[in-house]
Formats: sequence, structure tokens, C-alpha cells
Amino acid sequence: MADGAGPGRVTLSGAVLAALILILIIASLYLFIAKPYWFPTLASVHGQSIDSLFMAVLVVSGIAFVLVQGALGFFVARYGENGRERAAYWHDNPRAEAFLLIGTAVILTILVFMGQRVWASIYFVDAPADALVVEVTGEQFQWNFHYAGPDGAFGRTDTKLITSTNNIGLDRTDPAAKDDVTIINEMHFPMGRPVKVRLRSKDVIHSFFLPNLRVKQDAVPGLSIEVWFTPNRAGAYEIACAELCGLGHYRMKGALTVDESQQAFDTWLRQKAAEQQQ
Amino acid sequence: MDAHKAEHTHHELGFWRKYVFSTDHKVIGLQYLITAMAMAVVGGTLSMLMRYQLGWPSLPSPTMEKIFPIAFQGSIMAPEFYISLVTMHGTIMVFFLFTAVLTGGFGNFLIPLQIGARDMAFPFLNALSYWVFLLSCIVILSALFITSGAPLGGWTAYAPLSAIPGSGPGQDTGMTLWITAIALFSASGLMGGLNYITTILTMRTRGLSMMRLPLTQWSLLVTAILGLLAFPVLLAAGILLTFDRIGGTSFFVPAGIIMNQMPLDHSGGHPLLWQHLFWFFGHPEVYIVILPAMGMASDILSTFCRKPIFSYRMMVYSMIAISILSFVVWGHHMFVSGMNPFLGSVFTLTTLLIAVPSAVKTFNWLGTVWGARIRFTAAGLFAIGFVSMFVSGGLSGLFLGTSAADIQLQDTYFVVAHFHLVMAIAPLFAAFAGLYFWFPKMFGRMMNETLGKIHFWFTFAGAYCVFFPMHILGVGGQMRRIYDPTQYAFLQPQQPLNVFISVSAFVLGSAQIIFLANFFVSIFAGRRVTERNPWHANTLEWTAPCPPGHGNFGEELPEVYRWPFDYGVPGEVEDFIPQTTPIGAVAKH
Repeated sequence: MADGAGPGRVTLSGAVLAALILILIIASLYLFIAKPYWFPTLASVHGQSIDSLFMAVLVVSGIAFVLVQGALGFFVARYGENGRERAAYWHDNPRAEAFLLIGTAVILTILVFMGQRVWASIYFVDAPADALVVEVTGEQFQWNFHYAGPDGAFGRTDTKLITSTNNIGLDRTDPAAKDDVTIINEMHFPMGRPVKVRLRSKDVIHSFFLPNLRVKQDAVPGLSIEVWFTPNRAGAYEIACAELCGLGHYRMKGALTVDESQQAFDTWLRQKAAEQQQ
Repeated sequence: MDAHKAEHTHHELGFWRKYVFSTDHKVIGLQYLITAMAMAVVGGTLSMLMRYQLGWPSLPSPTMEKIFPIAFQGSIMAPEFYISLVTMHGTIMVFFLFTAVLTGGFGNFLIPLQIGARDMAFPFLNALSYWVFLLSCIVILSALFITSGAPLGGWTAYAPLSAIPGSGPGQDTGMTLWITAIALFSASGLMGGLNYITTILTMRTRGLSMMRLPLTQWSLLVTAILGLLAFPVLLAAGILLTFDRIGGTSFFVPAGIIMNQMPLDHSGGHPLLWQHLFWFFGHPEVYIVILPAMGMASDILSTFCRKPIFSYRMMVYSMIAISILSFVVWGHHMFVSGMNPFLGSVFTLTTLLIAVPSAVKTFNWLGTVWGARIRFTAAGLFAIGFVSMFVSGGLSGLFLGTSAADIQLQDTYFVVAHFHLVMAIAPLFAAFAGLYFWFPKMFGRMMNETLGKIHFWFTFAGAYCVFFPMHILGVGGQMRRIYDPTQYAFLQPQQPLNVFISVSAFVLGSAQIIFLANFFVSIFAGRRVTERNPWHANTLEWTAPCPPGHGNFGEELPEVYRWPFDYGVPGEVEDFIPQTTPIGAVAKH
């Protein structure tokens, strides 16, 4: 009896399972290489490094996926029971195990460092001094945006002043508030200039998600969280809420325009300021 | 007194004491199992309604309005109803199906049988644990029937949404029922966990050293320890949340909140505290679900490969490593929560570290199948399917564990794809493998193998068709818990994928009817088992009758002489050697 020396029998179940695994591998390669659906169009500087990091992890996990699923498919096709011989008898191989364990650890460590370089470039670097600052306040179920206006100073806000028309409680008697612009669900950035967003929430947790800019940061009541980025592609995009915030979560949507120039942005801001004076 | 020859008197019990208010671990195990299956039917049905809405958002349907007059008022699904589906589906599946079926169901049934004991260490506590669990099931299901609606907080119940009763419909009574059910469930889990640990550590039969335990038993032991450390944190968090809701405290609610144009009288709380507490429980919980699945799949895989599990020791060590590391990775759920970004770096490191023992286990499963002589039974197929699903779901965890890549993927369908494959579908496959495998031991009859295989083919193909494309939806940016993705222009081009997933989900859901029919008909009409060990397996439960009587093993408890993986040992007559066979006692040829 040649125990496990020769190939097993190709059984119907083994062949069908192997075929399904093969289809899985081909379909997943198609989805991730031909990319019939993919990331929303990229429109920020740091987004490039996030997308590249995604591709690096995709290469590593893709190779592991094809190798492991492929091996599993091959084994089930080949090693069916044939009623004559036994399985190969071995139940460990310390050298192979050590090799695979250390190999996996090394690959994962490399991924950790690659990922942390990108993470550090996003979170551990302060926004440039000339960054445009926008205060964003989430509430059920809308985004309130607050621009400082030409003076660059934000007017005082106070929750006691909040009314149905003054959503963020801006104190209009404060001189700094004179030229401030507050606006709901509509936002503009100039292209090429860093933007610093200061996130707050009035009620529950929301998440400020700019899919095209690869920006996502929670807006947490009681906290003021800052995140900065540089839009580098003009166009009209969408703002979404990515954290479940109640029954209207799905419609907590805003419109983002990245203007071609600072001039176009200024024109828009002046126009909004004028609308508020009326 | 020598426990191995314990006096074993059969005193006949009435129907109620024997099948309902029983303290026999097998009856309690089956009670857990059948209750969890009923919960799965509810949880699965809820997901079908979710897929109906996501495939064809806000499609008017007078038929649905007739069935659900409130939820489909005006013949369109209400957004709050959709979010309550999300919440109830997640809660039911994570707690009331997977945690309950794997530890409560299989744990209770298998622990005494596989370690050669007559029952659990504390049979009354065991029964109490089940009845408290059943009560928690009733409480959570009642949330579906109250007029103000089921809770909207998701299974994670993030504060302050969960802490403020006025934050939405269902957040008042519905949320209170949710917290009550989870508290009861935690208490029930603690009673079970104490029992499992004590039983496995102190009641193993003669000769059954720790390193001769089946991997199922190792996994149940490690899981019970995890549960004992994790569930009290959830219970405590739930109590604090209740204080915030009705006691006027502010653990999770900060000052300055304006809800429905009204300022709230809270101050000093921190919303992220809830997330830290929840995920300190929540991540070990993921392993509470996946570890028993790994253990069972390993044992069943080895049995049907007719080959020893590859590297038993590494399997045990990696399980221990996973369980320790599972307590230091919780922050990877919070990379963009506003937590200090330095913590993001730390949690990335620990998260990718936990991938190493998981990879070791995958290599060992492959090593087990390599050179095997596979018997393609339904149980064996589901065990192989488990490996495939675990690998697919596990690998997408690398993207999410890398904090910078997670920025774009957090709270999208990429996460939904990942956790469904790795901690819902993979454990489901292990549970199916376990049911097909231990069914003869449970009921003395066999399930129909042909139907079992048909069930496998539909479930394997269906699960991939449903959950694999969700990765792509997530890459495209589709947020989870969204009632209508077509509201967003950037998500509209992906809608055909949503339709494909929904159709696949209906096929996958329908295929489970084959299983349910097979299971329940086979209890009464399945082919009778003529031998104690129909699969030619090695573990102790197969030396007991099918089904075992009260006390499991008759007059004398079995004695163990070897590990449970002596399959295909060269030179032996049979290709399996039960653990009770003394060394040198088998005929050579």
C-alpha cells in the first residue's frame, strides 16, 4: 500500500469545488485588475499616497489570495479518497513552519512601516500657515459650514444663540463675525491651496467623508477635531456622512466644489456673504 | 470515590424535566442550538429586507405594505425601518446566533462528551445560563413589535445616539430593550463561560492531558476565558449607558448638545469612552465567534482528510496568541474616530501582529489537506469551505488594519465584506460542518448527504456572490448603513452590483431552506445510525452511544491513551485509531 505517495482520485465533489475556487480567483483578478468599478476620481494631494498604499497592500494580499485559494483548489481536486491508499502521514515540519511564520511577520512588518509613513504624513504634519480654515459642524441631518471671510477671523459662537436660522449660534455682534459666511450643505475650496477643516457636532457622531479627496474624519460632539488636505483637481464632488447618525443618515449629503482658482473661490464667497446681508 | 466508576443510577424523569427544564448538557446544548437557529431565521429574514431596499431603493410595493403596514407606509420602506433592520440584524447575528450557537450550542453539547465527563461542572448554572439566554432572545425580539420601533443605533450602539432617547424613533423604548437584552445575554455568557473553563480544566477523563485535547476543546476553553474577560466590560458599559439615559449621568454625553433644537442638560461625558469600552469587548467578541469555528473546522477537516491536523502544537499556540492579542487591537475600529493619531500607529502594529498567528493557522489547514485522502461529505465540504472563506475575509483585514488605507475604507462596504466573510460566513460554515458532523451523535440519525451537498454548493457560491463584490462597493465609497445609496451621484454607477448582490442574497437565503428541511425532517425520519462512530473519527464522543444517554458513557468513563489525530498511521489496519485505544494494542499488518 503506497500511503499517500501517488495522486488521489479526482472526485466529482473535489473537481466542482476546485472549479468554483478557480472561478473565484479569475473573477477577483478581473474585479481588481480590470477595475470595472473603482475608487472615485482622485482630487487631493495626499490621496495619491493612500491609493498607492492600497495598491501595495493589494499586491501582497492578492498574491497570498491566489496562492492559498489556488493551493486549496488544487489539493481538493487532486487528493480525493480512492479507497485504496491512505493519506500521506506527516503532521508537522518545524522548518517549514518557522520559515512561513517569519516570512509572514517580515512581510507584515514592511506593510506596517509603509502604512505608517503615509499615516504620519497625514496626521503628524501641521497644516501650512496659509491653509484655508473651514469650521464644519454636523447635526441631524445636515452639514453646517462656517468660513471666516476676508478678515480670516472666526466670529464667536455660542450654543445659547442657536436658533432655527442661526444653526451654529454665531454671535453677529462680534466684530470678527461681520464678514463670516455660514452655509448649509454647500462647500467650496480653491484648487491647490491647503484646507484645514475643524470638525464639531451638535448632537451625535457624524463622519465627514469626502470620497474624492480620500478624507474621512468623525465629527464628535464635545470635541474639535482638525484634519487638513490639499485639493488638486477642480470639479464638483459630494460630501457624505459615513457614521450612522439616525434615520436621516443616508440623506446627510452636501455638495463640494473645488474651484479652479483662488479668485473663483473668492467670488463665490463674496456672493454668499452678500446673500447673507440681505 | 473513583469518579471513573461513579455510581450511575437512571431515575426516569418526566417529559418536562427531561426535555425542557433539563440540566443535562446535551439537552441544554440542543436548546441553545435550536433557539439560535430560530434567531438566525429572524436575523436572516431581516437581511433579505435590507437587500430588497438596497437592490431597488424605495421601490413602491403595495404587497410589502400589506405585509408590513407601518414599515412600508405609502408602499415604500421607511428609512428608520431600514436602520432598525441594520441594528437588529447585526445584534441578532453576532450575539444571538454566532456567540450562542458556537459556545452555547456546540460548547455545551461537546465539552463533556469530548473530555470524557458525565456532565458540566455546574449543571444547574448551565441550565440557568440557557434560560437567561432565552429571556434575552425574547427581550430583543420584542423590540421588533413595539409601536415606537426597534432601535437605530447599529449593533455597536455608539453614544450619544444610543445615550439620548430623543435621538430618533426606536431610541427610547427600543434602545432600552436592546440594552436589557445585551445585559441579560452578557450575564448568561458569564455563567456559561465559568462552567466551560471549570469543566475543561478539572473534569477531563483519565489520560486526557491538555495536549491530547481535540482542537475544538482548546478553542472552547480559550473562548470561554475571552468571554469571561470581555463580557463584563460590555455589561458595565451597558449599565453606564442606562445611567446616562435615565439617571441623568454623563458618562458618554458631553456638554453643549443640542438635540431637536433643545439643549441637553448633560456635561463632562466623552462619546469616545463608549467606543473604547464597546470595542474592548467587541474585538475579543470577534474571536469568541471565530475561535470555536476554527477549532471545530480543524477537527472535522482532519477527520475527513483522513490525515492528522498539521502542527497541532502551533494550532494551540496560535489560538492562545490570537486570544491575548485580541485584547490590544480594539483601536483599529477607531482610526478616524478622533482618537489620538499616535494610538492609530500602535493599533496598526498590534493588528498586523495578530495576522501572523491567523496566517499560521491557514498554512496548517493547507498542510492538512495537502496529500490527504479527502472524503467529500457535507461536513467535510463545509470545513474546507470554512478555510476558503476565512482566507478571503482575513486578507481584506490587511487593508483595514493599515490605518492610512482605512481612512477611505472605514465605514464602507469594504468593512461589511470583510467582517461578513471572516466572522459571519466562516463561522457559519464551521457551524454547518459541525451540525452535519455531530447530527448522528445528537439525534441517532443521519442527515441526508445529497441534500447536504446541494446545500453546500448553493451556500459556497452564494456567499461569495453576495459578499465578495461588497469589497468593490466599498472601494467605490459606498457607506454602510445607508438606506438609499442612489442618493449619491458617485454611487449610482455601482448600482448594478447592488442588484447582483441582492439577487444572490435571495438565492443564498432560499438555499438555507434546504438545510432547515433536511435538519428537522432528519431528526424524525433520517436514516438510523447503526454504529457509534459512523465517520470513523477518533475523539471520545464517538465511543458513546448515538445519542448518548444521561451520563454519556454508561458504567465506566473512557480512558485516553493518545491524541485525537491518529488518522492514516502507516502500518495500522484501520486508517483511524480512537483515543481510547491503548498504544501497541492495535493489530499491525
